[in-house]
Amino acid sequence: MRYLPLSPDDRAEMLGVIGVDCIDALFGDVPQAAHLNGPVELAYARGELEVERALAGLAGRNRAAGAGPFFCGAGAYRHHVPATVDHLIQRSEFLTSYTPYQPEIAQGTLQVLFEFQSQVAALTGMEVANASLYDGSTAAAEGVMMAARVTRRDKAVLSPGLHPHYAATIETLAAAVGMKVERLPLAVDAEADVIGHISKDTACVVVQTPNFLGTASDVTAIAQAAHAAGALLIVVTTEAVSFGLLKAPGDMGADIVAAEGQSIGNGLSFGGPYVGLFATRERYLRQAPGRLCGETVDADGRRGFVLTLSTREQHIRRDKATSNICTNSGLCALAFSIHMSLLGETGLRRLALINHSRAKALAQRLGAVDGVEVLTPRFFNELAVRLPGSAAAMVETLAADDIIAGVPVSRVDPKAGMDDVLLLAATETTSDGDMDRLATALAKVIGA
Amino acid sequence: MRFTKDHEWVQLDGNIATVGVTAYAADQLGDVVFVELPEIGKAVKAGENLAVVESVKAASDIYAPISGEVVEVNAALPDTPETVNEAPEQRGWFAKIKLDNPSEVDGLMDRAAYETYLRSL
Amino acid sequence: MNAVGRPSRPESGNDYSHPTLSGGRALLQDEPLIFERADWSRTGVDLPQSEVGVADDLGALVREAPIGLPGLSEPEAVRHYVRLSQKNHAIDLALYPLGSCTMKHNPRLNEKLARLPGFADIHPLQPQSTVEGAIALMNELATWLTTLTGLPAVALSPKAGAHGELCGLMTIRAAHAARGDVARTTVLTPTSAHGTNPATAAFCGYVVQELAQTGDGRIDLADLAAKMGPHVAAIMVTNPNTCGLFERDILEVARITHDAGAYFYGDGANFNAIVGKVRPGDLGIDAMHINLHKTFSTPHGGGGPGSGPVVLSAALAPFAPLPWIVHSKDGLRLAEHQGPDAETPFGRLCAFHGQMGMYVRALAYMMSHGADGLRQVAEDAVLNANYLKARLSPVMTPAFPEGPCMHEALFDDRWLEGTGVTTLDFAKAMIDEGFHPMTMYFPLVVHGAMLIEPTETESKAELDRFADVLIKLAEAAKRGETERFKGAPFHAPLRRLDETLAARKPRLRWTPAAPSQLAAE
Repeated sequence: MRYLPLSPDDRAEMLGVIGVDCIDALFGDVPQAAHLNGPVELAYARGELEVERALAGLAGRNRAAGAGPFFCGAGAYRHHVPATVDHLIQRSEFLTSYTPYQPEIAQGTLQVLFEFQSQVAALTGMEVANASLYDGSTAAAEGVMMAARVTRRDKAVLSPGLHPHYAATIETLAAAVGMKVERLPLAVDAEADVIGHISKDTACVVVQTPNFLGTASDVTAIAQAAHAAGALLIVVTTEAVSFGLLKAPGDMGADIVAAEGQSIGNGLSFGGPYVGLFATRERYLRQAPGRLCGETVDADGRRGFVLTLSTREQHIRRDKATSNICTNSGLCALAFSIHMSLLGETGLRRLALINHSRAKALAQRLGAVDGVEVLTPRFFNELAVRLPGSAAAMVETLAADDIIAGVPVSRVDPKAGMDDVLLLAATETTSDGDMDRLATALAKVIGA
Repeated sequence: MRFTKDHEWVQLDGNIATVGVTAYAADQLGDVVFVELPEIGKAVKAGENLAVVESVKAASDIYAPISGEVVEVNAALPDTPETVNEAPEQRGWFAKIKLDNPSEVDGLMDRAAYETYLRSL
Repeated sequence: MNAVGRPSRPESGNDYSHPTLSGGRALLQDEPLIFERADWSRTGVDLPQSEVGVADDLGALVREAPIGLPGLSEPEAVRHYVRLSQKNHAIDLALYPLGSCTMKHNPRLNEKLARLPGFADIHPLQPQSTVEGAIALMNELATWLTTLTGLPAVALSPKAGAHGELCGLMTIRAAHAARGDVARTTVLTPTSAHGTNPATAAFCGYVVQELAQTGDGRIDLADLAAKMGPHVAAIMVTNPNTCGLFERDILEVARITHDAGAYFYGDGANFNAIVGKVRPGDLGIDAMHINLHKTFSTPHGGGGPGSGPVVLSAALAPFAPLPWIVHSKDGLRLAEHQGPDAETPFGRLCAFHGQMGMYVRALAYMMSHGADGLRQVAEDAVLNANYLKARLSPVMTPAFPEGPCMHEALFDDRWLEGTGVTTLDFAKAMIDEGFHPMTMYFPLVVHGAMLIEPTETESKAELDRFADVLIKLAEAAKRGETERFKGAPFHAPLRRLDETLAARKPRLRWTPAAPSQLAAE
């Protein structure tokens, strides 16, 4: 078999060196009752051609985002990733290397992580960032856990604009550690409502901007209210490109930023793998989760990088670790960093403005359709519209016409009472033609 | 100066005990990179967590050798953790504790007993 | 006469070992940070200026201050990252004997198939009717995992092994809570456990108690029986364990656990030793995470992404987190919310469905090997580890010399006694020889531990090359040639790094005010 280099002669010779006469002599500790006498009931080995055929068949049954009009967002966004990114991450030394525990032979990975941390800190406007977490949702949950450690309080308040899946993830983890979570009901533009729910038991307030329904907010007042009560502000962002246009969370008083980096360098991939961005203040560093890469020198005085402050982590602190995370999202962080290096400040700002313009064009066309009401007052590249009827039903109808019209809120939060609300995102990949087709088809479905 | 089996030392002055880790402990830890000191006013019982000492590869809990109230901590230590390696039994002290019961110290090893103990490890 | 001849062979007597003027060394270039470039204003992405527009509608929400990000043209970016890549070791270069990491070959077919637009360019929340091939793939992966493990259900969403451990423990807790069993406060785990085990248990609010090990490296049954009781929620056991040994009394471990009403959680990091040969379900395991980036060949990528689906017993299945795959007469569907039927998920572990990109890669690998090939994988993995153990035992001291190991061989540092060379020094000298060091100082139960896992994708020639070099190194250590080891590595892109400095004066990002001062200090 193509992945197994040993020949039958090799095996025989090696068994001889070991001093046993058959391979099963090495499995002697397995209880007799648990010994499988033959292969399990699954298909036998296949060559590349057959495997390719089988999986391409499955792939062919899915409607790719790029195959026609496509408007889904809701926490994962379709952007154009330059060809260079995917090419570079497939270099053997990046793709098949391990976590950089031997820094002398991992300076490639370590320097990239240092650059990544620097980019994330700059983008979020924060003092320090880690080397990535799994995704935005688990980063938000880790942020809540960290706030509990820092403040020694056990209550979290989640704003009305937080992505319902992020809220659910936080609630799941909070339940595990006995933290109380107050989740305010989903609303288009009510972030400041959290202020009334801050008390002396509050460890943190979690606010998303742009929020789940697309609304961008200035959270400075919320930061002040939280700090006055001794609580931390966690800002969540699910669309990383927005850092290129909107005020940075750090500049608005955030103590922790938990964001989804998927938009940069990483495709949609049906939900994963993504990359969690996590940034905070230096004074809270020792309570932060995840790997950290730091600068140092080698025995010859040359500058180099190492993983550092590892005593927070599971492999040393074990049951007192700040998080149980081990493997994080290295290759996705590399892709993010390469794409961000290619964009640079100039490119990112331009990309962000293009996204915003596309969304304005979309809002204009949708607002012109009878029965459609644009709800989002201030958006980056995603907006919520109210439809005259079930958004989910309309999305299915339009899908039959090969238009992927967006994400119905009911898909993500069936209990929000927003069954008639649809979320649509427009990016640099959304053409005028796409928007025209959507508007026309939507008008037809509504009029029918 | 008195010593514990967990390699802490205690220096009594009236009813205030200064506490730190021994040269042996500092050597075992390797380069100390961080010290987490207790809060002033914290009440500790003998055997409870007092502080945490970190090297690059290890984190060690430091236990209170005696019971009392933390009245002072070595505020310079977090910025210069190397002091623990340089002078563990002098400038590298961690905290001063006001003892509930100063005679508790008598139950700890003296230097001769501690050195005998070290030889047995 | 034609006088354009030039010397065509090297002249002798030209020995001049010197530092270079550039700081680079032939193919290895010194590459500064992107932040250390003079000009930050380039961009390697062409975007249509006509589409840029303005953002007056956002008023004061617009970011005015500079972000602080350098940009590179495409050729400069390619050079930057290619130069950096050359400073990394990788499985594609040589045997990477990291115990418990299963550094096997990463097939490139996996990469090709994961990039098919039908997998790579689909959104988790587009209508399910438009992605039924993706759901079918998840279901197919689930079938392979449940069949190989003998456990009937699987939670696919955990993003890595540690996340899977969290999933497993939370499922167990939910199962206990559902039967009113709320006094279970403790999780038992062997002293040899991977750090994620106690970290995860503590995270879930459990008290962690360690189980003693017998002289031959297995769980001490008497200690287990003494510590088991109605206050125990679960044990967390890796099998084969982190000493590379199969827990031969595992059926008894399971019985003791189940008799007390506790659950048996399996850490599947070492599944490569038994895949296709033994089913964890047949050993009494109730829940086990599987590292797709270990046993099932998805690439390590310099630290992820991974994927840690958790197989579950019938008793635990109802409590699995969302989403699930639901089979109905209309086909497969992903259930993303708790429905009107009797499902009782403990919640959601992350947004969306899990690591689809890794599912495609793992399934391509499973289908390539097939049931027969996967069985061969385990056999060759165990064979290779035992071969190395046999070749190295004459010079290095195996921690558990009696009996075979499984897919990894554990040595301690007794053989280095009196040489002045430590496990760390030995590992650094391996770097000079072209090998990534094995796992060192883990598991914690063995002094100066060296854990070697070759995997099945190493040829006999590469194993022999590795063993030959290690034997020579070991003999050099025993001859007292400490200078080879103490300052190693000498030939890597960098020498040993000052980790004390990195921890005492953490510099975790580039800043304009203090660009780089460590070298000057």
